[in-house]
Amino acid sequence: MKYDVAVIGGGPAGLAAALSAYEHGAKKVVIVERDRVLGGILNQCIHNGFGLHHFKEELTGPEYAGRFVQLVRESSIEVLCDCMVLSINDDNSLTVVGPETGLIRIEAGALVLAMGCRERTRGAISVPGDRPSGVFTAGAAQRYINIEGYMVGKRVVILGSGDIGLIMARRMMLEGAEVLACVELMPYSNGLGRNIVQCLEDYGIPLYLSHTVTRIRGERRLTGVTVSQVDENRRPIAGTEKEFDCDTLLLSVGLIPENELTRAAAIAIDPRTNGPVVYDNMETSRRGVFGCGNVVHVHDLVDFVTAESTAAGAAAADYATKGPAAHENAYTVKNGAGIGYTVPQLISRDADGAGIFFRVRNVYANVAIVAESGGKRIAAFKREHVAPGEMERIVIPKKLLDMCGDEITLYLEGEGVK
Amino acid sequence: MIYDAVIIGGGVVGAAAAFELSRYKLKTVVLERENDVALGATRANSAIVHAGYDPEPGTVMARLNVEGNALIWELAEKLNLHHSRCGSYVLAFGKEDDEHLKELKRRADQNKVPCEIVGRDELRRRESALSDECTSALYAPTAGVILPWELCFALAETAAKNGVEFRFGFNVDSISKRDEFIIKSGEQEVHAHIVINAAGVYSDVVNDMAAPHLFTVKPAKGEYWLLDKSQGGIVNSVIFQCPGPEGKGILVSPTVHGNLIVGPSATPCEREDVSCGADILEFVKQKGLKSVPSVNFRENIRNFCGVRANTDRDDFIIGEHPECENFINLAGIKSPGLTSAPAIARELVRIIAAKQKLEEKEQFILSKRPTPFKALSDDEKAALIAKDPAYGRIICRCETVSEGEIKACFDSPLPPRTLDGVKRRAGTGMGRCQGGFCAPRVHALIAGYFGVDETEIEKDRNGSYILSGHTKEVK
Repeated sequence: MKYDVAVIGGGPAGLAAALSAYEHGAKKVVIVERDRVLGGILNQCIHNGFGLHHFKEELTGPEYAGRFVQLVRESSIEVLCDCMVLSINDDNSLTVVGPETGLIRIEAGALVLAMGCRERTRGAISVPGDRPSGVFTAGAAQRYINIEGYMVGKRVVILGSGDIGLIMARRMMLEGAEVLACVELMPYSNGLGRNIVQCLEDYGIPLYLSHTVTRIRGERRLTGVTVSQVDENRRPIAGTEKEFDCDTLLLSVGLIPENELTRAAAIAIDPRTNGPVVYDNMETSRRGVFGCGNVVHVHDLVDFVTAESTAAGAAAADYATKGPAAHENAYTVKNGAGIGYTVPQLISRDADGAGIFFRVRNVYANVAIVAESGGKRIAAFKREHVAPGEMERIVIPKKLLDMCGDEITLYLEGEGVK
Repeated sequence: MIYDAVIIGGGVVGAAAAFELSRYKLKTVVLERENDVALGATRANSAIVHAGYDPEPGTVMARLNVEGNALIWELAEKLNLHHSRCGSYVLAFGKEDDEHLKELKRRADQNKVPCEIVGRDELRRRESALSDECTSALYAPTAGVILPWELCFALAETAAKNGVEFRFGFNVDSISKRDEFIIKSGEQEVHAHIVINAAGVYSDVVNDMAAPHLFTVKPAKGEYWLLDKSQGGIVNSVIFQCPGPEGKGILVSPTVHGNLIVGPSATPCEREDVSCGADILEFVKQKGLKSVPSVNFRENIRNFCGVRANTDRDDFIIGEHPECENFINLAGIKSPGLTSAPAIARELVRIIAAKQKLEEKEQFILSKRPTPFKALSDDEKAALIAKDPAYGRIICRCETVSEGEIKACFDSPLPPRTLDGVKRRAGTGMGRCQGGFCAPRVHALIAGYFGVDETEIEKDRNGSYILSGHTKEVK
């Protein structure tokens, strides 16, 4: 089967990329989705708050996905659901299996990686104690409740104050469970401010900052957890233990871009994002393979996923129909003081200006985001407040980009920045 | 009805015993208190096939370790088990350890185990990630790794196909003897001529129900790190440190799935205490880093803990009880118990054969394990999907496990009823996401197969329920 553009993943990133590729002149586009329906994780995000940027209105997850699915249905984009990509081959073809397709090979002029991300688990953070049932990642619990229609427990502690954890705190309350505490290792929450208010404060759920779960109890089902305060090196402080009797522990301890296929295809990965290194047109280190959404870096808002994926889809269409873009002598974006990562990591010489997404490493007030090249300050952007949980974006116009040398360093300037 | 033999315990020792006895014209039953086989030490250990240089020459342990090693590699081929005969190294860090290796080499020679001492440079060439501090190592080419519960399943399923019965939820609470033994669990009772005690950490309790006290189990737990496949290739073989009185020390080893395992610790504990502690895990990590400094523990996907059935004796306790005829202990099976299990079962046959004539069945059917879908060639995959489209539906994305493989578990003589039962058989949820994505789908498949509500499906042992009810239910 031959296509101009093949998109791996039918969540928000894949949907937007496919539509954009189609609108930018790719005649034959296919989406390969491993689940039985399009929409990805948005299908289980039945709360509102999606689309404020993109649609200028507040939608639920399924509604947001639904608008894109509708547009895909109205186009001639092909959709292969219940199909899994087993490998990206050397010629950029895909080996795919599905119950109806059997094992097939998909050839495409360009590929878009849009596999999304997965949740970090108990193992990733090595919580000591027993290994009973009743310990769920927040997303898995969300699927049980919102898609399958089952409750996972009655007395709940939540570890991690990322957005999924906060949303699930409220969701459990609304289903009649008791949420005893939300426990956060860091001295600040990584969730959006509005979610702290709407999901914890409105329901009187205490948030314990600089705390973590230090013991899980229960031989068969969870019977309780121990929560301890941590010091500035995030080590538990003896004597600060609090015991919670609960039957459920939800983990919201971070997301990891899911790049098994990418790694197997030997595409360069940035250890800071755990996603592929990309150029400003979202092309990876392998020509003709583009990436977008949470597979590249974990986003806070789906609206930004849509924007990034629209760009990736357009670039994939251009690649397939017009040929490769020039990447020679690209600018390298470096991370200076206070910067956790940037996307893109590389910017083409002839780029018409560049938008750079990034995250800061800590919470700071009254800082300047400075772009520097060859020892010269190229641009500075003031911010009253920055936090790791809130993705930042700056745009360097073409005029300033032309002043840059081979490397552009982004750093924070202000009190306390190391 | 009176059984010829009853085996108490469905771990790898009980399963191996059932496997060997099922070759003969005997009416045999396995009594297991949990809801599945392989739920004790069998599912939480280092997964090592030991070469046999370690046990004291002349002991039962030494003899059965060496015999078991040969049998396991043979079974692995015959039963289509995951395995890698990757060899092992015991590392020496300095002069004292170098002497210790020479002692191990002497034992190896006496136990007739092929071994060689490898100098620093050669060691470097073979295992480049080892610490610079290593001075030499003892190499044992016949050591390797298997998947312990898979061995147990293959043995138990073969036994079942050849007529052995399995009763789950049978928690032995008394054994009495008239003409035959009567074994009770609540209201249930089983009558048998021979009782085989393979009750692991409870083997002393079971012994004492039937016969005078003989030994005491001193449970000792071992804690582990199981790391992502990104770390699996860091070493090619099993890397030990010099053993101490507490056990064989902390090892670093690839697993049959390409992950990396680091452990175990050794601390006294209660019989069922499989909890992990932060201090012990840190200790294990530091010991692991001593052998292989570049292991990235941030790539951890799971910590776990198993309990060894250590006793107040140094050797395995195998044989008919001196004061209780036809009560046979297969007890105190600590490391290298997994390796020795097939040989322990052969020993059992020798013990019974010395007492009565055993007649082989005309037919003995081996229950082979299926090759995982992901390990097949493209053509084989296509052919399998053409035969059953369920093989084209990937349920576990991390480990590429298809619905067809999950359904095949249910068609076995010992079908799993729990999420972890499917996990251990098909590999679902073994990977990086630890079942976050696939658990609800596997869950639905189990409930569908047994025709029960999803709330009835448990994660693991009885009582480990997953769902507390339906949504929108009034409290």
